[in-house]
Amino acid sequence: MRKPLPTAVRYLGQTVVYLLFAGFIGYFASAPSYTHFPPDMALIKLSLAHGAKRVGGCRRFTQAELQKMAPNMRRPMDCPRQRLPVYIELEIDGETRYRDTVAPTGISGDGPSRIYQRVMVSPGPHAVVARLRDSDRRDGFDYVKTATINLVARQSLAIDFRSEMGGFLFRE
Amino acid sequence: MYHLGALGFFYFWVVAVSGIYVYIFFDTGISEAYASVEYLTHDQWYLGGVMRSLHRYASDGMVAMMMLHMVREFSLDRHRGARWFTWFTGVPILWLVVISGITGYWLVWDTLAQYVATATTEWLDWMPIFGESIARNFLSPELLDDRFFTLMVFLHIAVPLILLLVLWIHLQRVAKPEIFPARGLALGTFGMLLGLSLAWPALSQGPADLARVPAQVGLDWFYLIAYPVVEIWGAGPAWALTFGGSILISVLPWLPPLRQRPIAKVDLANCNGCTRCQVDCPFSAITMVPRSDGRPFEREAEVDPDLCTACGICAGACPTSTPFRRATDMVPGIDLVDRPLHQLRDDVHAAAAKLSGGNRVLVFGCDHGLAKTLATMEGVAPVTLPCIGNLPPSFIDYILSRDLADGVFLSGCGGGDCHARFGLRWTEQRLAGVRDPHLRARVPRERIGQLWATGRSSKELRGIVAEFQSGLPPQPLKAEKPTARVGETV
Repeated sequence: MRKPLPTAVRYLGQTVVYLLFAGFIGYFASAPSYTHFPPDMALIKLSLAHGAKRVGGCRRFTQAELQKMAPNMRRPMDCPRQRLPVYIELEIDGETRYRDTVAPTGISGDGPSRIYQRVMVSPGPHAVVARLRDSDRRDGFDYVKTATINLVARQSLAIDFRSEMGGFLFRE
Repeated sequence: MYHLGALGFFYFWVVAVSGIYVYIFFDTGISEAYASVEYLTHDQWYLGGVMRSLHRYASDGMVAMMMLHMVREFSLDRHRGARWFTWFTGVPILWLVVISGITGYWLVWDTLAQYVATATTEWLDWMPIFGESIARNFLSPELLDDRFFTLMVFLHIAVPLILLLVLWIHLQRVAKPEIFPARGLALGTFGMLLGLSLAWPALSQGPADLARVPAQVGLDWFYLIAYPVVEIWGAGPAWALTFGGSILISVLPWLPPLRQRPIAKVDLANCNGCTRCQVDCPFSAITMVPRSDGRPFEREAEVDPDLCTACGICAGACPTSTPFRRATDMVPGIDLVDRPLHQLRDDVHAAAAKLSGGNRVLVFGCDHGLAKTLATMEGVAPVTLPCIGNLPPSFIDYILSRDLADGVFLSGCGGGDCHARFGLRWTEQRLAGVRDPHLRARVPRERIGQLWATGRSSKELRGIVAEFQSGLPPQPLKAEKPTARVGETV
């Protein structure tokens, strides 16, 4: 039969195993460090959740249409739920860095259009123009904001949008 | 390695206790959260700091144990057949542990928390199930609300509680689960965690600032390993990997399904409802139900086909499983259909018939062990069973008293590592006379050898059996040769 190891050797072996496991846990609990963003760059985050205008205007139900409805479902106006898509552009130093037409969310297309974009830029001054169209106009924009911003490395600039606050908000 | 699951539980309790302490001092506010953790870490380093470190390192240890436990059970094929339920319910545990860890890192509100918060919410936002973008909450400092921390605290408490519930479900089909490691192991593990916490305390990585990008973070790779994958592959493929991997792990018990052997069968004519089979079953597959045959016993054993692994431990526990029976057929109260004990007795006789020479040794080994490799040894004959716990101790008495062999050697799956969980433990206790059915006192113990052989090579096993064989004392009285008994009607 295999002879059991001396007690001292067993304790020593166990200590080594515990130390190795402690080292394994201790090290990988916070290392190696992970660089997920170039430290010499800055970031612009463009994010909004904005409901564009409805697809069409409201109209009054005809008397015949109202008669077809259940009494408790009758209402005077027929207002479409669906919203238009939001068109948005982000221009930095004369170059369009982001442009998209974003459909409304929701099964009936009546929710807000959601945008969340990260744009990496070099530190320094930048001319930033944000434009948004949320109506059925063919050209031009409903909201435009222009600003010159000066970013330092690893700075995060947030471009938010609140129609009730006049449109784009640059949060440095 | 046998204690991985129990160690995982032990780490869970260390996390729970240390977490309660840390929570007492934790403030749920944007600046207060970081400040309160810093207070614990530095001003109260001797207790709060240690508790914080224990909380982190025990959490990491829990993940390590969980993954090792999973890999081990898979590699030992302990996830298929009746064991599918335990494996299957382990998958949500993976999710819940990781979610608990992520919400915990979030709460510290340092730069790592900021990274975790933005990366997690951006990843979640990829799925079109949220009305509002969650990542917008972390767009800039003025958009962040203290209420968000209240929500995270709630999640960080609620998810571990759900985890505890799922852990309980996880063990529902495991009889007598080992959820606490042996005292020495627990003390050693706690000492290791304590030493690590004092020598290498867990620290925050600077206060979060949403106006700055935390470009480099010290990642906890036990919990946050998915984040680099999200960055490299993108949110969609990372979700596909996460869900696809979870589904794949979940269905592993059926890839391919285990060819289930026939389950144990109760013979009411020989069952008096003694409950020994129920007590010994490692998978709670046997329940005692009211008597159905009118015989004057209160209960009878009933086998649940969904839980029975056909290990045969129940047959080994049945007091009627004795090879000495002559008046009637050898039909125990409970037995395996495809490997009945009367066949084992025939196997014993057949093996004994091949033995010759001075020190004849009959080796009993389980199907998962190395006993089969001993067939070529001189004077040694192996007989295999589904589990060593399937062997009623009376067989040893039978072999030695009938002079079928000069020694009996038992070989199983390894110390504490029995494929059927309790085969080795019950066998040792039966031989030691502390568990029914006992090995009779008249059986000479010096003629019984044992080695629980996992991790040992066939060569080593042969050497140990040879050593046992050569060390057998001479028989005081030689009875007739066992060949004379082959074919004997018993």
